[in-house]
Amino acid sequence: MPELLALTGNDAVAYAMKQINPDVVAAYPITPQTSLMQKFADFVADGEVDTEMVLVESEHSAMSAVVGSQAAGARTMTATSACGLALMHEVLYIAAGYRLPVVMPVVNRALSAPINIQGDHSDTMGARDAGWIHIFSENAQEAYENTLQAIRIAEHPEVLTPVMVTLDGFIISHGVETVQIFDTARVQQFVGEYKPAFTLLNPHKPMTLGSLDFSDFYFEHKVSQLQGINYSPKVILEVGREFQRTFGGDCCYEHFEAYRMDDAEMAVIVLGSTAGATRMVVDDLRSRGIAAGMVKIRTFRPFPYEELAATLKKVKAVAVMDRSLAYGGDGGPVHIEVRSAMYGVNNAPLMANYIYGLGGKPIDLVHIESVFTDMQQAIATGKFPRRIGYLNLKE
Amino acid sequence: MNDTKSMLEIRWHGRGGQGAVTASKVLAESAMSLGKYIQAFPEYGSERQGAPIKSFTRISEQRIMTHAQVNTPDVVMVLDPTLLSVIDVTEGLQEDGIIIINTQSEPAEIRGKLNLHGRRARVYTIDATGISLKHLGKSIPNTPMVGAFVGVTKLLAPEAVAEDFRKKFAGKFKEEIIQGNVQCIMDAAKEVKSE
Repeated sequence: MPELLALTGNDAVAYAMKQINPDVVAAYPITPQTSLMQKFADFVADGEVDTEMVLVESEHSAMSAVVGSQAAGARTMTATSACGLALMHEVLYIAAGYRLPVVMPVVNRALSAPINIQGDHSDTMGARDAGWIHIFSENAQEAYENTLQAIRIAEHPEVLTPVMVTLDGFIISHGVETVQIFDTARVQQFVGEYKPAFTLLNPHKPMTLGSLDFSDFYFEHKVSQLQGINYSPKVILEVGREFQRTFGGDCCYEHFEAYRMDDAEMAVIVLGSTAGATRMVVDDLRSRGIAAGMVKIRTFRPFPYEELAATLKKVKAVAVMDRSLAYGGDGGPVHIEVRSAMYGVNNAPLMANYIYGLGGKPIDLVHIESVFTDMQQAIATGKFPRRIGYLNLKE
Repeated sequence: MNDTKSMLEIRWHGRGGQGAVTASKVLAESAMSLGKYIQAFPEYGSERQGAPIKSFTRISEQRIMTHAQVNTPDVVMVLDPTLLSVIDVTEGLQEDGIIIINTQSEPAEIRGKLNLHGRRARVYTIDATGISLKHLGKSIPNTPMVGAFVGVTKLLAPEAVAEDFRKKFAGKFKEEIIQGNVQCIMDAAKEVKSE
């Protein structure tokens, strides 16, 4: 029977990891690590999982140990946050290049400088081109469910690509909310046993990892790596539908959620925890006869360009919300992707970018309402007040 | 905008070490046993002993959508009376809201200090520090404040909150500490003073 528990986002993901019962977890046990791994370490210490827990001296070492362990044939996980992910950066590419189906929850937090420990998306956006699948979660429930689905997605034989499941730092990771936890036996049946087709420790099928690969084949290998992530959209949908059928959840199981978009004239595009407040603003505007809608992106990598363009081409104005900055780029990373998705679309909607919430700066309903007000003005005048705006910024 | 009146929003003020964050969670978890949806979260910063901190609880009939801050609370809980001269604890309080303060003073006196003359907000006081000293031998006013909250709002029976506290902390605390906290909840629910 599913049970309702009061859990932080971190506890909910640790619970998912407990149910997954990975063979190996390697982790750096000090800040920037979060209570997620602390909770999982409790499960290990209490004998509630069979996991071999390896504590290492840095996040670079954590991902290196994960790569070694997964390559040897063990289902392996870790978790990190903020500058911990930054320190792993080099090894993220190795996990993806070896086609290792590692699953890693990441608590999205700001990067220094200045020093800040609060929530924004700068950390995983820095890893957006490392070859991993990125799945964003709106709340603790989605973080729990996405972590369970991520195992199936990563390990699918046509995908074999590492997955990071993200949850907004503090807002979700440290806030307690109602979470529905599914029956462990059924979860374990859904996740299944890990049967890797290729492992380093199989003498009957010898293989090499970590070899030198100069201009003769490096390019070919990197392009062939695309096959996995390019195949993944189909698998993400299949796994999501099977999860929903099995557990009857009502989270987002698509690449994005299109909320009240059927007849919308304007849409906010958002990632993560801000989607809930945006949905409330949309409902409020709808009750006043304003055709507002929202798109919540769930899979940022691979980015759903075509489906998103098909949804957005019907509206007159789009406002893309970014909780990180692409310095020297066109605002924030989500904006850059959405612009790219809309290139070549006839009568493409007007578009602007809104940067918000860096380093945990609060985002309230009034700020989201102001974005919709700008869109109404843009529709009326044919122009947004500015291409890139900043919400709740002291000027 | 408290999206509908079916959601109760509570803001807790305390100083680092007084247990305001724990109180916000204990209350939320007890409300879950009534089949309500909950959220409990601190205002995020670096926690320091003695520094003013805020924490929040949301209790709702429906699933809670927003993850925005609580800006217009229905109830404000103040664990430390010395905060009254430092911050405006009534900020954003709903017109017909409730404020419960840990102090030996009478509610009418506190209403004057808070500049709430002529406003509909209801003021309650409770000597949470005294109750905590009596049952725990030290000043940890958080569980008495949870008791005072249910004493005023009648959202839950004090016995039910006490039972949840026992369940949550069994194995973490010694029986005498659990029993002390249970006594704190029960006494405060009875002793909280209205105008």
